[in-house]
Amino acid sequence: MNPVRSEVAETRSTARDEVLRRVRAAIADVPEPDAAVDVPVTWVYGRPLGTADVLADFVEKVEDYKAGVTRCQPGEVPAALVAALASFGVASVVLPAGIPLEWADAVEAAGLEIRRDDPPLTSQQLNGIDAVVTTAAVGMADSGTIALDHGAGQGRRALTLLPDVHICVIAADQVVSDVPEGIARLAPALRARRPVTWLSGGSATSDIELDRVEGVHGPRHLAVILVEG
Amino acid sequence: MSPGSGKTVALFATCINDTMKPSIPIATVTVLERLGCRVVYPPRQTCCGQIMTNTGYWKEALPTVRNYVSSFGDYDYVVGPSGSCVGSVRHQHEMLARHAGDEPLAEDAKAVASRSYELSEFLIDVLGVTDVGAYFPHRVTYHPTCHSIRVAKVGDRPLRLLRAVGGIELLDLPGAEQCCGFGGTFSIKNPDVSIAMATDKARNVTSTGAEYLVAGDQACLMNIGGVLHRDHEPVRTIHLAEILASTEENPR
Amino acid sequence: MSATMERRTPEPGTWLGIPEFPKAAKVGLANAQLRKNLAHATTTIRAKRVVRASEVPDWEELRTAAAQIKDRVGRHLDTYLLQAEAAMTAAGITVHWARDAADANRIVADIAKAKGVDEVVKIKSMVTQEIDLNEALEAEGIAAWETDLAELIVQLGHDLPSHILVPAIHRNRREVREIFVEEMGRYGTPAPEGISDNPPELAEAARVHLREKFLRAEMAVSGGNFIVAETGTLVIVESEGNGRMCLTLPKTLVSVVGIEKIVPTIEDLEVFLKLLPRSSTGERMNPYTSLWTGVTDGDGPQDLHVVLLDNGRSRVLSDPTGRAALRCIRCSACLNICPVYERVGGHAYGSPYPGPIGAILGPQLRGLEDARDRALPFASTLCGACNDVCPVKIPFTDILVHLRNKVVEYKTADHATGEQALMKTAAWVMSDGKHLAEAQLATRAAGGVFGKRWLGKLPIPIASRWLRARDVEAPPTQTFRQWWKKNREGEGR
Repeated sequence: MNPVRSEVAETRSTARDEVLRRVRAAIADVPEPDAAVDVPVTWVYGRPLGTADVLADFVEKVEDYKAGVTRCQPGEVPAALVAALASFGVASVVLPAGIPLEWADAVEAAGLEIRRDDPPLTSQQLNGIDAVVTTAAVGMADSGTIALDHGAGQGRRALTLLPDVHICVIAADQVVSDVPEGIARLAPALRARRPVTWLSGGSATSDIELDRVEGVHGPRHLAVILVEG
Repeated sequence: MSPGSGKTVALFATCINDTMKPSIPIATVTVLERLGCRVVYPPRQTCCGQIMTNTGYWKEALPTVRNYVSSFGDYDYVVGPSGSCVGSVRHQHEMLARHAGDEPLAEDAKAVASRSYELSEFLIDVLGVTDVGAYFPHRVTYHPTCHSIRVAKVGDRPLRLLRAVGGIELLDLPGAEQCCGFGGTFSIKNPDVSIAMATDKARNVTSTGAEYLVAGDQACLMNIGGVLHRDHEPVRTIHLAEILASTEENPR
Repeated sequence: MSATMERRTPEPGTWLGIPEFPKAAKVGLANAQLRKNLAHATTTIRAKRVVRASEVPDWEELRTAAAQIKDRVGRHLDTYLLQAEAAMTAAGITVHWARDAADANRIVADIAKAKGVDEVVKIKSMVTQEIDLNEALEAEGIAAWETDLAELIVQLGHDLPSHILVPAIHRNRREVREIFVEEMGRYGTPAPEGISDNPPELAEAARVHLREKFLRAEMAVSGGNFIVAETGTLVIVESEGNGRMCLTLPKTLVSVVGIEKIVPTIEDLEVFLKLLPRSSTGERMNPYTSLWTGVTDGDGPQDLHVVLLDNGRSRVLSDPTGRAALRCIRCSACLNICPVYERVGGHAYGSPYPGPIGAILGPQLRGLEDARDRALPFASTLCGACNDVCPVKIPFTDILVHLRNKVVEYKTADHATGEQALMKTAAWVMSDGKHLAEAQLATRAAGGVFGKRWLGKLPIPIASRWLRARDVEAPPTQTFRQWWKKNREGEGR
């Protein structure tokens, strides 16, 4: 190993050793080695909220963020998609791999320019595309949250970040009552090391005099299509 | 009415009331005796020590812990007209003794603390009364002092007692839960902020149109009342015990 | 030797000149605009928090669980750190350890130099302010661009943050407009001609100005809200989307995270993700939360680094009473409820951590050598409002009183102080009723002199601070114990 690298490596292991040494010295007063025995946590994980109508709650909370929700049957999705895109005056849309063919056909038939992420679009290119359409992984009703695990139909993270319009198609059986159930549904994906993004309304800031301003970065328009049946 | 008969209550007057406002412990005695309690006043008593404790002088506070235990240890009920002082006894005395390594004192302090009550707690929880036969036909606004609600945790007991007072007109205090800015030595170490807070509190009090400001802690009343008086405001301060002591036969 | 290098980024304000709290507080108190902004901001967020907290039926159980989880981690931090390191490494993250600010800054700068980048984009991160990363990078010729709107305002304004969540709250829209008009053009796309002080227009100017940086940046620096020890997952909670920009677009991402930010498992996130948004911005959920576990092929930065930072946290951990301060999840609920903070603003606390959390964390992170840190635990009336709103149930007032004791022990270690002499006298007076009765001879005599009057401004040492704005009733000539003796003799012990 050359002298500079070994010095860096030594600092690295010295810092690590020192931090661990300090931490261990700091908690020398803790007699019980088993963390769970030492501090029990009185909480039951993954409990449903007990909401009577989870879907209605989801719709209400999402709309509270000023994102429109369309409820429809599976066969109606293509038309609902096209309508949502049209409502925002979209001319170009990126469709991630895994978006059903019928949807792509409908979008194309409506005269929109379809872009694909293969080969991967550059950030500049993405920035110039009007909209993105994705499916979702989980919806959490109480907080009006949609979670993407960027699997099939959802695209890599940049796809739902740069275009200004995001149309998200979520199935009714993907919607759960609240965060605890949501985390439980997402746990396998997280453990499989998938990136996960939670969306609750659109980007916002209250940094200037606490005046809430919507749409700083990230898509300024979110429309949700909730598919039942 | 004699919900207190058979009960001997040791009065914890508090050093500030003892020295600066004896009318408050006198009123407390009046109320307790009216309800049938036998009241005793252990003269050894002094102070809860929080002015030392909360300024960081824990060693210096220890004599007050010993003093409280020796003054009140023999009694089943210790009652004090101060949520702040009773709160300090309950929350801090055992800790102070333990910190000094005096386990026997810590145990004694814990025991006597568990028998120590702020006045409204004693009346409602132990004597089981809300109407103490008081009469005070005035417009009154109530300030829930920070330590009484957050350390002694008296909740809405003072309000419940006040609502039962004959002739009283209770007015809501805007920003009631905000601190008056006293904070013990804070008023000396950070006088500018303290004054700003006291001024805002005084303004809120005046805005109610009340004739009296009532609270369960004389320290806060001195703080807010001091500003009101300096600003030539007509609102006067009065302690909860003094209102409860006032009757039609013997009005305040 | 070359002449002084021209700065790449605006020169920031400095915490160095700020005096001890009692003096620093005066500046804030005197600033009417600041007080107005703050009062409006804190009152608004306070109300929203109450609504969102009361919506949750098991809010108190959540708080208890959060405190327990954080305590469990703190008390076994070495185990969890090693678990987190192993999981992150297995997921493709390079894990670094930093003893202090110097270590951390050097690590970040070295990575930037190794990558050949001369600029980084930053997500709002308290820890990077704590270590003053931006100035360390500037000294190496690397520009660190803040992308959070408030941090952008602070950076362009050559300023210091004054609040954990809304750092530019001390600025009104007119000032923000001036800052944007003056400075934006020096560092990128200028603010548009004739821009008004309307917040949506200002936000749009920021959007345009920053997008160019997002699209070209090759390296980003972030903090981290949580690291999950089990999986090595990092979590960042944000509102604007600048976080997602920084976490997704550049090739390299370095996350500097305090060692106390660890939570044990994925499931534990449910507790904190319910508590944090409701406690901080008073919303059911913040707009964007990003969770990532190492490198994902073809998606986001392919070179990930995490710097685990101590910088005094192990010192906080070593105090069994004070260590509860490490539960903090940086929500700022304590700031928003504090009547002292509301009136003086963040700068008076002299560090990036203001308000109640600043008063208990700062002196513990940094120690008591600096007089300003010794003054911080006294910057409170102990009203306890913060205890009630903290989502992780930090016992602020207990820790404050504990720290005051530590300050007194520090100050009196080598020599007695005047204040201590006064307290010792008080201790003697209060040790027995007889002593107190003796001391009361003085007040009773004074009462005899002043009569039933109120006392106004008198030049009495110490008491004059009280009397500056308040009158006090003259002490009575008869104390309560005198009254009892006279009227009830024999009915005591």
